[in-house]
Amino acid sequence: MKMQSAVIKYGDHVDTDVIIPARYLNTTDPAELARHCMEDLDAAFHEKAGTRKIIVAGRNFGCGSSREHAPLAIKAAGIECVVADSFARIFFRNAINIGLPIVECPEAAAAIEDGAQVSVDLDAGVITDEATGRTFTAAPFPPFMQGIIEAGGLVPFVQRRLEGK
Amino acid sequence: MGMTMTQKILARAAGVESCRAGELLMCNLDLVLGNDITGPVAINEFYKMGAKKVFDPAKVVLVPDHFAPNKDIKSAQMTKAMRTFAREQQIVHYYEVGKAGIEHALLPEQGLCAPGEVIIGADSHTCTYGALGCMSTGVGSTDMAAGMATGQAWFKVPEAVKVTLTGKLNPYVSGKDVILHLIGLIGVDGARYMSLEFGGDGVKEISMDGRLTIANMAIEAGAKNGIFPVDDVTRAYLAGRVTRPWQAVEPDSDAEYAREVVINLADVPLTVALPHLPSNTKPAAECADLAIDQAVIGSCTNGRIEDLRAAAQVLRGHQVSDRVRCIVIPGTQKIVRQAIDEGLVSVFIDAGAIFTMPTCGPCLGGHCGVLADGERCVSTTNRNFVGRMGHTGSEVILASPAVAAASAVLGHVATPDEVK
Repeated sequence: MKMQSAVIKYGDHVDTDVIIPARYLNTTDPAELARHCMEDLDAAFHEKAGTRKIIVAGRNFGCGSSREHAPLAIKAAGIECVVADSFARIFFRNAINIGLPIVECPEAAAAIEDGAQVSVDLDAGVITDEATGRTFTAAPFPPFMQGIIEAGGLVPFVQRRLEGK
Repeated sequence: MGMTMTQKILARAAGVESCRAGELLMCNLDLVLGNDITGPVAINEFYKMGAKKVFDPAKVVLVPDHFAPNKDIKSAQMTKAMRTFAREQQIVHYYEVGKAGIEHALLPEQGLCAPGEVIIGADSHTCTYGALGCMSTGVGSTDMAAGMATGQAWFKVPEAVKVTLTGKLNPYVSGKDVILHLIGLIGVDGARYMSLEFGGDGVKEISMDGRLTIANMAIEAGAKNGIFPVDDVTRAYLAGRVTRPWQAVEPDSDAEYAREVVINLADVPLTVALPHLPSNTKPAAECADLAIDQAVIGSCTNGRIEDLRAAAQVLRGHQVSDRVRCIVIPGTQKIVRQAIDEGLVSVFIDAGAIFTMPTCGPCLGGHCGVLADGERCVSTTNRNFVGRMGHTGSEVILASPAVAAASAVLGHVATPDEVK
């Protein structure tokens, strides 16, 4: 899977309470969750997400609550990939499970500026800053996790298992 | 090479002799938990997976606690979906309003967690149960759905941070101060992906309620889980609650740790975490210039009977400041009964505090004490992120029940010995 877009850049410890505030957790509708995505962190998020499809962030992205509504809201807001220095572990699991592509790459997170054009090759784990031509390589996912990603998330993965395939 | 407590439990649940950090294991689950926010999402995913029946109706727990008793029509619809599922699936441990409470106060109290078990819950504070020597961790709704369908979950075997506790706590200092102090030392990602493994002579000085508070906030250091060794305090707590056989684990003497932190409990001050990260800690005594509008005493972190006793001890014979709303939220119905029987409720009411029903309520800005722009709250809850308890212009200061109660009386961040 490959994607290319300008970047929305955020800092360290972007928590699940700003990704999707709990006051909106009385729904499970992804489109409604998406409307409130990042609103407590960045009032201009939706405007930016209209043309920029990749988030680049610092350390511990998605820390806090286990709410799967957080990666769901980001995905439904049109974001195609999140690159971060590191991810909080529950967010990491949730993103893999619901099929939001994520890449852990400290060098890319440090070097890429807000608004930069980047391309991400998920299979190769390579991120390219199109303006500078600089490339960054992320550690590949373990084969087990690639299985979940290739199946399209945990739901189809378990579905196959329950069907005995 | 030796294993940590967490590694031993995961190996056993996966049916392997041993495991190493970084390995991926498929483990059998002893319990799968969900609540009124995460449960309905999981139920949708469960059916999408093609599942028909939960793997074991006695090993799935569903608790409406976040927005319950329902705060609005949307949350009522979500709870209804969970209730319907519980009836259809004949879930043994569905706890209805009136018989329930805050999930992480309720499950240990009901004897649903025992040493050596593997528990997942679609709530980040599921790590609470590690106080009882089990491996217990928060997951998302899809993991919960897969757990309900198959009785299994995959885990990356975590590295560990060893936290050695020595010495004795000073008066009024509690488990909450210990965990805030630790998070202040290692940071909100100081144990990211790792287990926090507690040990040392100091453990025996900490009550079970205190250990539950400490393990509860392991996630606030980024940890996968927090875990305590099983001792006489654990056994006394489990007696009469857990009747099924259980098997505790001990860490190997040659277990490997990514890092070791030693905390002398005598050096831990009454500690608060200032906005907007739990790691932004400071001694409570140095924060008297911070006036407050609200004090919340409760939550899965500090809504247990010992917490209410600590708050009542400070509030007894005093009045909550005219500029402060003090909201006391018991963890479970059993704790409500205990608080009534011990006369604690009268203390709260006489002091001018409100004593509510068990709910997560204001901790996540849900209901029952949401903050307005510019307001500041001292809270015994677990997170002080921007907008956590309400308006993005509000502030949350995390503290122990004793500090929250003292602050309620004096109208600013205060320590119990300042309340004369």
